[in-house]
Amino acid sequence: MSPAMSESLITFANVSRFYGEVLGVNKVSLTIPPGVTSLVGPNGSGKTTLMNLMTGLIRPSQGEIRVLGMSPEDPEHLCRAVGYCAQFDNYPKGLTGYQFIYGFLRVFGMSHEECDQRTMAALQTVGLSDARNRPVAAYSKGMRQRVRLAQATAHDPQVVILDEPLNGLDPLARAEAIALFEQWGQKGRHVIVSSHILHEVDRISDQVILLSQGYVVAEGQIQSVRGEVKDQPMQILVRCDHPSQLAARLFQENHLVEAKIHTDGHGLLLRTTDADGFYLLLNRIVIESGLVVESVAPADDDVNSVYQYLIGGEGSTI
Amino acid sequence: MNLWMRQIGSVLRLEMKKTFLSKRGWWVYFLALGPVVLTLLHWLIEISQGSGHHTLGEDSLVFAGLFHFYYLRLGIFFGCVGIFSNLFRGEMLEKTLHYYYLTPLRRELLVAGKYVAGLATALFLFVGSTALSFLLIGRHFGAGYTDYILHGPGLSQLGSYVLVAALACIGYGAVFLMSGILFRNPMIPAAVVMVWENLNPFLPTVLKKISVIFYLKNLCPVEIPIPPPFNVMVIDADPTPFWIAVPGLLALSLILLVYSGLSARHTEISYGE
Repeated sequence: MSPAMSESLITFANVSRFYGEVLGVNKVSLTIPPGVTSLVGPNGSGKTTLMNLMTGLIRPSQGEIRVLGMSPEDPEHLCRAVGYCAQFDNYPKGLTGYQFIYGFLRVFGMSHEECDQRTMAALQTVGLSDARNRPVAAYSKGMRQRVRLAQATAHDPQVVILDEPLNGLDPLARAEAIALFEQWGQKGRHVIVSSHILHEVDRISDQVILLSQGYVVAEGQIQSVRGEVKDQPMQILVRCDHPSQLAARLFQENHLVEAKIHTDGHGLLLRTTDADGFYLLLNRIVIESGLVVESVAPADDDVNSVYQYLIGGEGSTI
Repeated sequence: MNLWMRQIGSVLRLEMKKTFLSKRGWWVYFLALGPVVLTLLHWLIEISQGSGHHTLGEDSLVFAGLFHFYYLRLGIFFGCVGIFSNLFRGEMLEKTLHYYYLTPLRRELLVAGKYVAGLATALFLFVGSTALSFLLIGRHFGAGYTDYILHGPGLSQLGSYVLVAALACIGYGAVFLMSGILFRNPMIPAAVVMVWENLNPFLPTVLKKISVIFYLKNLCPVEIPIPPPFNVMVIDADPTPFWIAVPGLLALSLILLVYSGLSARHTEISYGE
């Protein structure tokens, strides 16, 4: 990997972290490119440990981490490029929302004018301009979450790390936050998000890292990860005018594991172990029988399904 | 102003906003204000009853006792435990230290900024309290006390007490800042230090010198006579000259602060999870 390339990546090389005898993460090797990356896994799987390692709040027991070419043990440089919104719903006592953001920006060494300008911009981004002079302690949970997000990103970091950033947000604020993450990702920033809400993770992620019991189970674009799960038949939803006729033809060709007619009568949800072969067969059947096919789409290449296949348990509410 | 100074200044401002005269420190204010209230009451009572029950010299001795036994051994000591131990340990307990650790600030500068903030608070409270108590204790003598301060030994005594109180804040502050970084429960090292400091008069000469109180006591302007039977147990040691005691205490504090800075650099933020 060239030095220029490594300076745009976050890399973990055989990183382990133990808390005494308790495993945090074990032998993690990862490369995280710019864009939105989601960390997905059940409680205790090592998501927060990975985030704390990236930001230098804790050190690895072994292995090496580089964030845009910098060591997390060099906070003087790292923290100018990284913003971390940790999971703790705790705040320095006695500060207003404005003072909370402004005060920590001043620690960066910026002038009063620049800190003031950045603080106001950050507050505006999260919709808290009007509440800026109220003590953070008097904010609602959603407001506290938003002010933490503003505090973590007010210095305009290249890497934004967010631990459960959607917790406590109402649907409107959640949609706004997601749009913000997508916007940051599109601008070429690293946005690393952990979330329990898988369908939202699915919407925003360029890639996912699935964790279980301290190990990385899978990483990459979700469709690629799904493609690698060979032992689970692929689910495909075909919307067409005669689903039962299509099912009969497919079973004749011995290509299906299972097929279900959709409840509205205009779709067929099927499972196959050979997706590529199925698509070729479907083309042939459509041409031969004259079926009108409205859409064909994979039904389980989302985070939720991949999570269930690789880690088990219920999706969407890990 | 260079970056480091700006950063220390910003930590100082944040700490002062967060902690200075906050409700949580009520017991520290109580420790600082207690003697002021007592001397104020003493003044009011003496005025209402009329002076003449005791001499100015006796009041001077009473203040010396108050300073030795209350300020140095109790008020400033526990005040510094409360102020300086909480600078790091308090933030660990409240899970807010990571906000500092996520800024591009050398940990040594964080220690320096927090120490300066703690010291400013401690000096304001305890040096202020010492000066006020001293000015109030003989106030009922009226012009005589003013004359004692302005033309007698009063001003020099006041200067000495203020210096000793300030040095106590500096020394104990450095000790308890370090214990707040190194120990989960800073009350345990505080108790050990307190026992050691209070045993000081009865320790052999060599051990006597390994303490803060020994140097501070020698700087106090008025010596307290130790009553029998304790006087026979006290071991005398040669007093340390001013020019060694003051720089020595400052150097000891600096060493402790440097060690605290290095320790803070290796501190992890896991909040015990």
